[in-house]
Amino acid sequence: MNRFAELLDRLAYEPGRNNKIKLLVGYFRETEDPDRGYALAALTGALSFKHAKPGLIRDLITERADPVLFSYSYDYVGDLSETVALMWPKAELPPGHNNPPPPTLTDVVTTLRTLGKAELPAQLARWLDELDETGRWALLKLVTGAMRIGISARLAKTAAAALGDKDPHEIELMWPGLSPPYLDLFAWLEGRGDKPVNSDPTPFRPVMLAHAIEDADFANLDAADFSAEWKWDGIRVQAVAGRDARGHIQARLYSRTGEDITGSFPDLVPSLHLPGAIDGELLVLRDGRVQTFNVLQQRLNRKVVSPKLIKEFPIHLRAYDLLGDDENDLRELPFTERRAHLEAFVAKLSDPRIDLSPTVPFASWEQLAAARADPKSAGAGDDADAVEGVMLKRRDAPYLPGRPKGPWWKWKRDPHIIDAVLMYAQRGHGKRSSYYSDYTFGVWTRGEAGGDELVPVGKAYFGFTDEELLQIDRFVRRNTTEKFGPVRHVVHEPDQGLVLEVAFEGLQRSPRHKSGVAMRFPRISRLRWDKPPREADRLETLERMLISMTGS
Amino acid sequence: MRRSSPRMTIRYRGINAYMCGMRPQDILMPVPAGLCCKPGGFHIDPVRPVERALITHGHSDHARPGHGAVLATQETLDMMRLRYGENFAGSVQGVAYGEEIRLGDVTVSFHPAGHVLGSAQVSVTCKDTRIVASGDYKDARDPTCAPFELVPCDVFITEATFGLPVFRHGDAAGEVNKLLASAKLFPERAHLVGAYSLGKAQRVIALLREAGYDAPIYLHGAMEKITYYYQERGIALGELRPVRGMKKAELAGTITLAPPSATSDVWTRRFPDPVTAFASGWMRVRARARQGGVELPLVISDHADWDGLTATIVATGAGEIWVTHGQEDALVHWCKTKGLAARPLDLVGYGDEDEGETAATGDAPPDGEAKA
Repeated sequence: MNRFAELLDRLAYEPGRNNKIKLLVGYFRETEDPDRGYALAALTGALSFKHAKPGLIRDLITERADPVLFSYSYDYVGDLSETVALMWPKAELPPGHNNPPPPTLTDVVTTLRTLGKAELPAQLARWLDELDETGRWALLKLVTGAMRIGISARLAKTAAAALGDKDPHEIELMWPGLSPPYLDLFAWLEGRGDKPVNSDPTPFRPVMLAHAIEDADFANLDAADFSAEWKWDGIRVQAVAGRDARGHIQARLYSRTGEDITGSFPDLVPSLHLPGAIDGELLVLRDGRVQTFNVLQQRLNRKVVSPKLIKEFPIHLRAYDLLGDDENDLRELPFTERRAHLEAFVAKLSDPRIDLSPTVPFASWEQLAAARADPKSAGAGDDADAVEGVMLKRRDAPYLPGRPKGPWWKWKRDPHIIDAVLMYAQRGHGKRSSYYSDYTFGVWTRGEAGGDELVPVGKAYFGFTDEELLQIDRFVRRNTTEKFGPVRHVVHEPDQGLVLEVAFEGLQRSPRHKSGVAMRFPRISRLRWDKPPREADRLETLERMLISMTGS
Repeated sequence: MRRSSPRMTIRYRGINAYMCGMRPQDILMPVPAGLCCKPGGFHIDPVRPVERALITHGHSDHARPGHGAVLATQETLDMMRLRYGENFAGSVQGVAYGEEIRLGDVTVSFHPAGHVLGSAQVSVTCKDTRIVASGDYKDARDPTCAPFELVPCDVFITEATFGLPVFRHGDAAGEVNKLLASAKLFPERAHLVGAYSLGKAQRVIALLREAGYDAPIYLHGAMEKITYYYQERGIALGELRPVRGMKKAELAGTITLAPPSATSDVWTRRFPDPVTAFASGWMRVRARARQGGVELPLVISDHADWDGLTATIVATGAGEIWVTHGQEDALVHWCKTKGLAARPLDLVGYGDEDEGETAATGDAPPDGEAKA
């Protein structure tokens, strides 16, 4: 447990992805089975046991520590598990005690699986007695189910793959067929065993992604080589159905990173009644009309899906591609052939929740540009608001994992743009920790006192070039009026300050923001050194954009 | 001024203090300038210029320039000279540990506090009452300074920087091993250790040497003077090199000590993908470490932790405890549960070492390199 705790401790502070992978690989290399397998399970969310409630942890500490000192400490630390881990009193060993080694991760995980609820407090207390501070912290994070150390399941699997110089996609493919502590997986990774066979009927297939197209790219591309379709503003998913050992249909829904999100969309499962793997977009449809991303958002990241939610936000799958048809892997076929399979498959499904993403006919790039500029009259009709742009797919291209350059392009609609004024700047993380790289920007509005004042409307930390980052960093350092911890208050007067051109994808109402609006994907698109802050946009402009986008 | 409550009337060494007309608060009392000893005619660690000052140690929140006469250990006087220049006080007098000096109606002596090189607790005895002002102290092992000496007393004035039971510093050698393990795992990156330039930095270097690390250790400009002074005093720190003028690629796989403020400064851009470590007792608390953008927190402290504070308080045998700078409330509460009279001493101007360091007038940006 202590070794795993050290790993979590280090990961919790490490901002860099590659460095996180390096820490994980180091751990997997040095730790024996089955401990490392349970660690992989803990990091990928594959462990299942009843989690301890915070109340139980609080009871344990108040039995052992002065309540006044506990409350001073909790106030200071701000996190229950951490407070308890730090102030847990040293155990007084009973006579004849032979000082047993602290529990291993395997001890903890296997014990928790079978432990009765009544036995949990005493068992936890024994472990806390035996572990050091970091060990206690990790144990409490594990048993309360609140790890939050910035590691995705995907990253943990990527690190496992790196242990054996394998492609992470291979692990993704076999993952649904594996179970903790993954002895067969590690044996294969270390070259001691055969590749585990995925007996899972509904495996995830690594997703194919597109590059953003630039104006200059068109000169080298022939319109006749490509097929175009709308790029829908939903979430990209893979819907997989297959037959289990007994011949029953099983269905799973994956995010584009391979996370299993079936649990959030139980209403889609019955529609996946034919074995196959669809690449498509998850949308909310009401009376046949595609709703905006803001509406879809109500359905995302839900652990509990109520009947009311299902009814009010009916889920829909719009199919782009077919990767597997029953037993047949279609990924090597050219797009046009896959498309024919897809059309037949969707017709055979004949389900109101699943339809085909229509192609956009065009003969020249000019025609496609016109369609992209006005999707409404180019076939998207009333759903035009949910179109983010167009996708271009080479007719002869197979389905390739990752983001290969050439076969697929995305051509988004022009983003919304406003001019805003830089108000606050904060240091970045990792490589950027010496730069002020997180910016809060605002627009003008009528203040309470009558005059105009700036109100913050968003935060952005990308979009600029390295050279622009240096320029903004220099500006921030020279124009700081106040400092609050890591945040600098940057001069923002009508005639003094920096105007940032901010591009964003959408707007929604937000009671959490003083301005009442929140932006989607805001980024700095240009620095307007030429523009005085007084000429930046006003909140009313955003209000108008909001109304035209959402109709409310 | 805070008046002590009636329940704090206690007996000192069998003699009722009131009988000889001297209550502890008549011997030492907090005033705006610091802790004042009227019968002795001096202040301890005054925050404003005074006629006669007794200085416990060289950290800038305790040792300030501009006093008439200064009494301190030789090391503390030397450090003040390094920081503030030759004329930091009207006159100075060095004192050896244990040496007794008569000042007015009181006798004072200095005893090792184990905090940094030259740090001392000040014992003030008036008639039969002994008060020990500990300054900052730690009871943990430190190869760069004399170990903490327990001085039995009637009133013990303790610091409370880490006066919460969540602060337990553990073994500093283990923390240094964390740093070495990281340096081994990331040989292509530089390791940048934020540490206060007086005491902490030298302790980290000495611990690295004890752990068998024998490569050159690099120093930020602000570290050089004080670290070389430690070496002059015979503390073995191995080969040290200024980081100034080094090429980026040459710093891969190296360890550099720098003041904490420098580790998030533009100065760090000279290092290849640096791992930012910070050696401080505060690193025990994650939120605090994360706030500072620290990637490798090292729990190494100049101050006693909770267990150290409470054990020391009991061991002094003092019946009355005055608690200053830090988490006074929690420590006062603990003393009371143990039947000890205790009260917070309202002294201002002493931060933890964080503020102390950044406010240090003597620690100007090193060689102009801290600010771009």
